[in-house]
Amino acid sequence: MPILGADMTAGTLIAWRVRPGAVVQRGDTIAEVETDKGLIDVEVFVGGVVEKILVEPGATVPTGTVLALIREEAGAAVPAAPPVAAGRPRISPLARRLAEDLGVDPASVTGTGPDGAITREDVERAAPAAPARGRLDLARMRQTIGAAMARSKREIPHYYLATTIDLARARAWLAEENTRRPVTERLLPGVLFVKAVALALREVPELNTVWRDGEAVPSAAVHVGVAVTLRQGGLVAPALHDADRASLGDLMRALRDLVQRARTGGLRSSELSDPTVTVTSLGDQGVETVVGIVYPPQVAIVGFGRIVERPWVVEGRVVPRPVVTATLSADHRVSDGHRGGRFLAAVDRLLQQPERL
Amino acid sequence: MTRDEIRATVLRVLGAIAPEADLAALRDDVDLREQLDLDSMDVLNFVVGLHAALGVEIPEADYPRFATLAGGVEYLTARRGADAPA
Repeated sequence: MPILGADMTAGTLIAWRVRPGAVVQRGDTIAEVETDKGLIDVEVFVGGVVEKILVEPGATVPTGTVLALIREEAGAAVPAAPPVAAGRPRISPLARRLAEDLGVDPASVTGTGPDGAITREDVERAAPAAPARGRLDLARMRQTIGAAMARSKREIPHYYLATTIDLARARAWLAEENTRRPVTERLLPGVLFVKAVALALREVPELNTVWRDGEAVPSAAVHVGVAVTLRQGGLVAPALHDADRASLGDLMRALRDLVQRARTGGLRSSELSDPTVTVTSLGDQGVETVVGIVYPPQVAIVGFGRIVERPWVVEGRVVPRPVVTATLSADHRVSDGHRGGRFLAAVDRLLQQPERL
Repeated sequence: MTRDEIRATVLRVLGAIAPEADLAALRDDVDLREQLDLDSMDVLNFVVGLHAALGVEIPEADYPRFATLAGGVEYLTARRGADAPA
C-alpha cells in the first residue's frame, strides 16, 4: 500500500486491474485503492509478471503492506492479460465510483449493460434513498489535512517571503497568444506561474528538495504539486511531472487533465507521492495574498493571489499595472531567506519574458 | 436552435462542470461564478464545452458576457442566429 501523503497510514484496496500471470510494465495501473484523497490508481514501479495477489478487494491495510508479488523478468514481451478479475462483477470505473459514493455493493446489483455489465443507471436504481458516504469521506480528508498541517507547523521551522510582480507583459502576451490558439488549447495565467516556479527551482535547487529521515534530499526532477480544490470540499495537490521541461501547451493540457481527475477520481499514485514542491493559488476566490503551509516531506510552497490593477511606478511615472503577489513559505532547515529571495526574484524575472517560458 | 434549446445546452454543460449543483435553482441574472463556485479552470472548461456542443468559439474578450446565465444565453443565441424567443 503506497504512502500517498505525509499522514496517510492505511488504504482500502477496491479492485485489482490485473490478475496473476499478467505482464506489467513500469507505470501500468495495477489496482485501485481508496484513501483519504479519494480513489487512486496504483501504478507499478517495476516491470515483470504478477506472481501472487496478497490483498483482496475490500481489505484495509496499513501503508507499506505488500499488495502483490511481481517477478521481474528482463525483456518480457508477452502481452498483458485482460485487466478484469475473474468472478468479479463487470462494472465500469464510473459506475464503480458511483457505487462507492452511494454505498452500493456491486455484487448485489444486476447489470443491464453489455454482457451483463453494471451501468451507472443500475447503480442508481440499487442505491438506498440517502447516500451515506460523502460526508464521512470529507471528514476523513479534513482530518488528514489537519494532521499533515499540524505536523508541518510542529516540525518545520517556516520562514515566509512575499513579492509583488508586474504582470503587464505576461498578461499582454497571454491575451495575444490565446487569440492564436483554439479554445481547447488556451492557456491560463496559472500555467505561466507553474512554469516560472519550475524554472526558478533549477536556479535555487535547495527548494526543490524533500526532507527524509532527518536530512535534505535534493530532487533531480521538478515535479510541481498543484493545489486543487475539490467541489465537495477539501483539496489535493497532485504533481505535474517534470514541469520545468514541458512546453506551456503541454503543461496546460496536463493541468486540465489533472484537475479533471482530481475532481472526478482517477489520480495516479505517483501523482500524489512525487511532488517536490507545491504551488497554490487562490486568486479565483479574490484572495490577494496566500501564505501556504509547507506540505511535508516537501520544503517549500509557493502561493499566488489574484491579479489586480494597482498604481505602479514605471520610469518615474505612476501607471496602472496588473500585478500579483507571489509568496514563498519554506523550511529553514534547508534554505534561508536570502536564497528564498533569490527564488522569488527568479520567478519575477521569468514572468517578464513569458514568450521564453 | 431556439433560445430554450440553447439555454438547455448551457445548463447541460454547466451540469458536467458542477455536478453537485441544483441547476433548476440557478438564477438567470446572478453571477454564475458565485452561484456555482466556478474557478478559472471551470470557466475554460465551460467555453470548451459550449464550443463542443454548439460549435461556437468564444474569444477570451467575450468571457464577461457569460457572467450570468441570461447574458451567456443571449450571446450564444445571437452567435447562432437563433430566431425563436424563450
